[in-house]
Amino acid sequence: MDTIIHWLKEVINYFSYPSWSFSMFAICFISALFIRRIWTRQGLVLFLLAVTLGGWAALKDENFNTTLLKPDNAPIFLMVYGFGICLFVAMMQAHNNDRRMEQKLPPAEKETSDQKTWVWPDLVYIELLCMILCTVGLVVWSLTVRAPLEEPANPGNTPNPSKAPWYFLGLQELLVYFDPWCAGVVMPSIIVIGLMAIPYIDVNPKGNGYYCFKDRRLAILTFMTGFFIMWNFLIPIGTVLRGPGWNFFGPFEKWTPHKVVALTNVNLSEYVWVRWLYPMGNWLHLNWMSGGLPVTDNTLSLHNLWQVFKKEFLGIGFLVFWFLYLPGAMARGWLRGFYEKLGFGRYSVAIFLFLTMALVPLKMYGRWLANLKYIVDTPWIKF
Amino acid sequence: MLPLFDKIKENVLESQVKKSIFRVGIPNTDRKRVLIMLGNVFLHLHPTKVRTSGVKLRYTWCAGGLSFFLFLVLTLTGVLLMFYYRPTVDLAYTDMVDIREQVPFGIMRELHRWSAHAMVIMVMLHMFRVFMTGSYKPPREFNWVIGVILLVLTFLLSFTGYLLPWDQLAIWAITVGSNMAKATPFLGAGGPGAEFLQLNGVPLIHAGDDARFLLIGAKELGGITLNRFYVLHCILIPLVAIIFMAVHFWRIRKDGGISGPM
Repeated sequence: MDTIIHWLKEVINYFSYPSWSFSMFAICFISALFIRRIWTRQGLVLFLLAVTLGGWAALKDENFNTTLLKPDNAPIFLMVYGFGICLFVAMMQAHNNDRRMEQKLPPAEKETSDQKTWVWPDLVYIELLCMILCTVGLVVWSLTVRAPLEEPANPGNTPNPSKAPWYFLGLQELLVYFDPWCAGVVMPSIIVIGLMAIPYIDVNPKGNGYYCFKDRRLAILTFMTGFFIMWNFLIPIGTVLRGPGWNFFGPFEKWTPHKVVALTNVNLSEYVWVRWLYPMGNWLHLNWMSGGLPVTDNTLSLHNLWQVFKKEFLGIGFLVFWFLYLPGAMARGWLRGFYEKLGFGRYSVAIFLFLTMALVPLKMYGRWLANLKYIVDTPWIKF
Repeated sequence: MLPLFDKIKENVLESQVKKSIFRVGIPNTDRKRVLIMLGNVFLHLHPTKVRTSGVKLRYTWCAGGLSFFLFLVLTLTGVLLMFYYRPTVDLAYTDMVDIREQVPFGIMRELHRWSAHAMVIMVMLHMFRVFMTGSYKPPREFNWVIGVILLVLTFLLSFTGYLLPWDQLAIWAITVGSNMAKATPFLGAGGPGAEFLQLNGVPLIHAGDDARFLLIGAKELGGITLNRFYVLHCILIPLVAIIFMAVHFWRIRKDGGISGPM
């Protein structure tokens, strides 16, 4: 029995590594959204049972216990249950309405949406009850779990790992793959701008004021990818699976500061000039090819700019392809209807946000599959 | 006994004092149900009647209402904590210990901290609900934008409050967070493009005047940072949030109340 449990823990540790867990979660989550049988009351009960029993069993492990029950991790529990239950509540109604609309019935909300209810007493009492329940929950939570208070602040003693507040840990996790200017400043800004832009990008008139999935698939899948797969999934990863040195630790692995992880990340330009062009140039006896990485410095002279461009031509070419060629190609291709509905300006904003979002997992996979460090590495800006 | 009871009841319910405060009385008729909603400053946030479909808990999850309620809980507990907390490097931590150890059954700090986490989650859930019901679609586009601003303000409120205990958890979390500001393009000393902003070879953006300096008020986390975050946390961001909340709630009414199928 012990060997089986040990073996099981090893397997879970192995598959918890972000490349595996992120991929598996993304695939399972997206495909689950389409499967109606999942989004039922039985499904919700099974989900709650699985999380509770799985979590309870896992907490028997000493290492997982210490990692998960760190003082300020309490919101992670609330998050898993809260988001899980709400996802079920939303998707149950969405699929129910889809089913109704397939039978040419109006959505369930429509049955009572033309009637009016007195706010007093019907709404104010619901609100009162919610407030009372919320207060009771908070008081019980406060009585049972103490607010964390560690040793007094000591600027000379850096804890390892140093972590941001839990809701920013998804962004901190992205620091593994992106530089701080990108993961810490530009991406949060783009997330906020992108969220604000949603009502002006999504011109689909369907699904206004009722739950549905089928009529808004593209919008819901995009939002869910950002909200659940990227923002909400990376938070527990950053909380539970990142230990000293921000190294990866499986849930049942002991956090030790002595874990050494080889840093073997390679720039795209190094792939191009050192690993591909150098041997090819030698073989073809072409000197310009076998010269290795073009030498650059940080001056703004024309010669240096040309050297930088030469060194990074594939990365720059990729970004040009990604942000300048793809939008046009897609507007003529499979997004033609979308483009015609939105017009040039809105389409440009929408597709920029969409492609930027897609670039995040793309670079993560670049790291996992090819140890990719920077796509473009200039002396002034690295991406 | 009974006549006396009736007499007291009459005196209490029909007294001038009571009538001057609660003009309507028990709302047992439709007319009174309208009047009570219109005559009370807190209740008149609501209309007198709403779509039946919108009242249902499975539609709204009460997420927006609870976000606001948690904000009120945080205001109340926060004000109480402010009586005992002094935002200086010397005193902040010891005041925390006092609040924790010297108050029998004291849970004010627990209530404040857990409500703060709950509010972050609740606001995110509210956004998720509004997205799933398509409630950001016309005519409610702008209110969604206000909502996103409120989400950001919620994060900032929580983030600034995180520093105040002045323990290891606090300063290192804020160190990690505020180091990001150093990387702001052009405006952070370590960010891309900052080196180009210089006048006759003198850099305009350096550790003493960049975005991080603006945030923490010094080159390193210290007393001025604590003061800055305290003011942001207790005064500035709540004020801004209240203004945006007022607009948010008002716009719900003006944009046709709770959303529902056409």
